Parts: sequence; structure tokens; C-alpha cells
Amino acid sequence: MPEMPREARRMSSLISLDGLTVAHGGNTVLSGVSLSIAPGEIVTVVGPNGSGKSTLLRSVIGAQKPARGTITRAPGLRIGYVPQKLHIDPTLPLTVRRFLSLPDRVSDTRAAEALEQAGAGNLAARQMSGLSGGQFQRVLLARALLCNPQLLILDEATQGLDQPGSAAFYQRIEKVRQELGCAVLMVSHELHVVMAASDRVICLNGHVCCEGAPEHVASAPEYRALFGTGTQGALALYRHEHNHSHDHGCEHDHGHHHEAAE
Amino acid sequence: MTLLDDFLIRAALAGIGVALAAAPLGCFVVWRRMAYFGDATAHASILGVALALSFDVSVFAGVLATALAMATTVSALAGRGYAMDTLLGVLAHSSLAFGLVAVSFLQGVRIDLMAYLFGDILAVGRGDLAVIWGGAVLVLALLWWRWSALLTATLNPDLAHAAGIDPRREQMVLTIALALVVAVAIKVVGVLLIAAMLLIPAAAARPFAATPERMAAIAALLGMLSAAGGLQLAFALDTPAGPSIVCLAAGLFAATSLAGLLLRRSRG
Repeated sequence: MPEMPREARRMSSLISLDGLTVAHGGNTVLSGVSLSIAPGEIVTVVGPNGSGKSTLLRSVIGAQKPARGTITRAPGLRIGYVPQKLHIDPTLPLTVRRFLSLPDRVSDTRAAEALEQAGAGNLAARQMSGLSGGQFQRVLLARALLCNPQLLILDEATQGLDQPGSAAFYQRIEKVRQELGCAVLMVSHELHVVMAASDRVICLNGHVCCEGAPEHVASAPEYRALFGTGTQGALALYRHEHNHSHDHGCEHDHGHHHEAAE
Repeated sequence: MTLLDDFLIRAALAGIGVALAAAPLGCFVVWRRMAYFGDATAHASILGVALALSFDVSVFAGVLATALAMATTVSALAGRGYAMDTLLGVLAHSSLAFGLVAVSFLQGVRIDLMAYLFGDILAVGRGDLAVIWGGAVLVLALLWWRWSALLTATLNPDLAHAAGIDPRREQMVLTIALALVVAVAIKVVGVLLIAAMLLIPAAAARPFAATPERMAAIAALLGMLSAAGGLQLAFALDTPAGPSIVCLAAGLFAATSLAGLLLRRSRG
């Protein structure tokens, strides 16, 4: 991929992060992360536990203030957000239909359309607390689709789903992307499923270890060092050998500062 | 206004006013698991009574100020090393103790402590009635205005952020509403039982509500029923009014919980 001038890339992208550094009470969680997302592409962030994946997404939606660096959003960018998990207290009565009208009231037609797109067409009258894991995720997806998003953000959206369930969920995301033409930024543990559905994979461990097309990342030594070389990462070891070699393999030029990531 | 000359009518109107404001706010207290928070704010207000009497300002203003101070202190201290329930336990009981000690220092003023601890609804005057209904309308207006944002922030803070809502601001709105309810309710049920007026009607409404709005409406109805019925009970049985109101509310809670359980059973 020819390197575009940074300014030009920022102009054409939906959102771009430049040198983003985030700290939680003195601990640096992310350091010097730069990335941008173009309209219509599916970008997946992979990384071991505690690598700052969720922090990255929370920064993108504005829930986390960066310590350093900038986040540039396209003017009027519409973001649909599917949170990692949503605990709805059983004391709070909430139908699926009412949930979709939070915080902004939507028409019945719009709600039905979004539920249909998310594959949750028959759930409108159900109580949120009575849904199964898969149904719940599809309702969250429907809610994120209400604003007709240009960028759909999913944070470990398939946690708690079994393998066929999460594979079906990612297929649905792909279908939604085709229908709406939105870009998708997601975080996942399930490398084997995600790899197939993504245009670009970013391997994160406090900093961007490597990024590129899924096949490229899967064969990059940085990625192997993080997830092992076994069955396409399906039995990945979430163990980070921090002395992995950066001398070869990854064609992207990114400054590595090991001390900053620890 | 001969109607308001009757102390029982005034008492009923005062109780209904408090119940009307406390019930929807109580729903948020239940949903957000803030029961102890309500308790701490209420208990702190006895300190407000002492301060108001010693500086010769209105009790309403003193209670409102200390309740607000307490609520903001708790919000600020949350998540700084102590578990929330420990923090609230420390603050609630120590502010109650400091308040009681402060009241004992007051010289020349004979105050009926029991009236502030358990309420003195039968002594509600026209001025009190105006303050109670003014406060209740203010709380209801505040909740009406922020309803959607409050619900979203209650569901999930990140979801709120993504929708451009600041969850901390919504927390502040609830804090202010809570301080207002405490300030208007102190005359009716007293500091020790204010949390009951918040929690019990909301909890009693839960089994029959399918949406948050319906839960708030049912809670308000049950609260008003408890206030009016509790007063009648107190009059008939010659029992203290504030506790009688809470007893009736507790009875309603037991009844709706049982009914809800049986309903679920019969549906399979």
C-alpha cells in the first residue's frame, strides 16, 4: 500500500487518530497509536487481554480523554456503537421497542426496519432481561443501526455466544456493511472468525504491533509472537513475548517504544 | 380556602405531594442501586436542621444545602479506594451523629427532635404545603426534562457517551433531585424514613410494569395511596403518621410482590 501523505489520508477518512496516548491513573494503556478508517472498510483490532483494545474504542466514541495525541472525526460523523456487554438491572422493566427509543424517540417503522436489518424482527415486544445472548446482541446491533451510521463500532460483540452464533453474527455484520455501506471498527478475541470477515487487521498491544490485510498480519512475526503459530490463531495463546523481533516481516514502518507499552 | 383549614386535608396534600415526587425519583434509586445513597443524603439532613436553627435560616434551606453537600461529597469520593457501601455507611451514620450532637448544643431553642427524625405531618402549615408542592413540581419537571438522558445513562455510561450524553451530568441531576426530595419530605416522614418513600413504592410497582414510564406512574399511584391511606390509618388507630404511611407502603409491596410471583407461576 503506497503511503499517502498524512494530511490527505486524514481528509478522506471517517476518523483518524494521530499519536494517541491514553493513561488510566498513571498507567499508560495506549501509547502513540495512529490509525485511520476509510469509508466502507471493515477494520478489526486484535490483541491480548489488557492490550488497550476497549480503551481504543472508548477513545473513538469520546468516552475516554486522551493524554496526548489527536482524534479527528469527519464533520457530522454518525457513529453506531455496540457495547461489549450491557447489564440491564432486572429491576428496570424495558421492552426491546422502548430500548430502541433511548435516548431519541424513533418511529415504529424505523424501529422495525432496524430490527429486521439486525435479524431481530420478531423481538420488539419482548423484555430486554428475558432475551438470550444472541438475541440481545442483535437488539444492540439494531439500536446502533438506527442512526444510519457511517461508522459502526463493535466491542467484543460476540462475547458469550457459541461459535456458530458468533460466526452468524459476523456474517450479519458483513451483510449490514453491504446494505448500508458503513465502515466497521471492531474488537474481537475470535481471530479465526474475524480474520475472514475483515479488510484490515490491527494487532494491538499498547501500541500498534502491526497492521494490514488479514493474511499479511496472520503471517507477521509480531502477530505470531502474540498469538502463537497454531491453527490460524484459533487456539491462540494470549501470551506476549515482548522481545519479539521487529527486524523483518512487517512492512509498515512504525516506531516501536517498548518501554512505553509496559 | 376553608378546605386548607383542616389539618388532616393539609397533611394528606403534603403526603401526596411528597409521594408524587419521590416515586419516579425512587425508580432511579432502585435501577441504579442507590438505596444507601438516598439513606446517606437523608441522614445528613439532620445536620442541616441543626445548622439552619443555629444560623436562623429556614430549615428547608439548611436541609437542602447539607443534602446537596452530602450527595456531592459521596459522588466525588466514589471510586477512590473505599467500597461504596462502606463509604456511605461511614458518611450516613457519622453525619446523623454529628447532627444529633449539634442539635444538643443549640441553646434557647427548644426543638422537638422526634419531629425531624420521624416527621410531623399533622403540623404541616400552609407555608409548608407551598414549599412541598413547589419542590415536588420542581423535581418532576427536572425528571421530565432529563428523562431520556437519565434512562440512557442508567443503562450504560458508554452508551450515553456514544449518544453525546455526559453520564456525570445526569448523575448530578439525580443528586439535585434527591436533595430536593429530602428537603421537602423531612416534615412529612422525617429523616429516618425518607428512603422508604423513595424505595418502597418503586419496588412495589416493579412486578406490574413493562416499561420504565409505567413503573414510575404505578409507583406514584402506590405512593399517593400509601400517603392518603396511612394518614387515615394513623387517625383511626392513633398511631404516628409518618411510620403508618411507610407501613402501608410496605404492605402494598408485600401484596404486589406476591401477586407478581403468582402471576409468573400461573404463566408457567
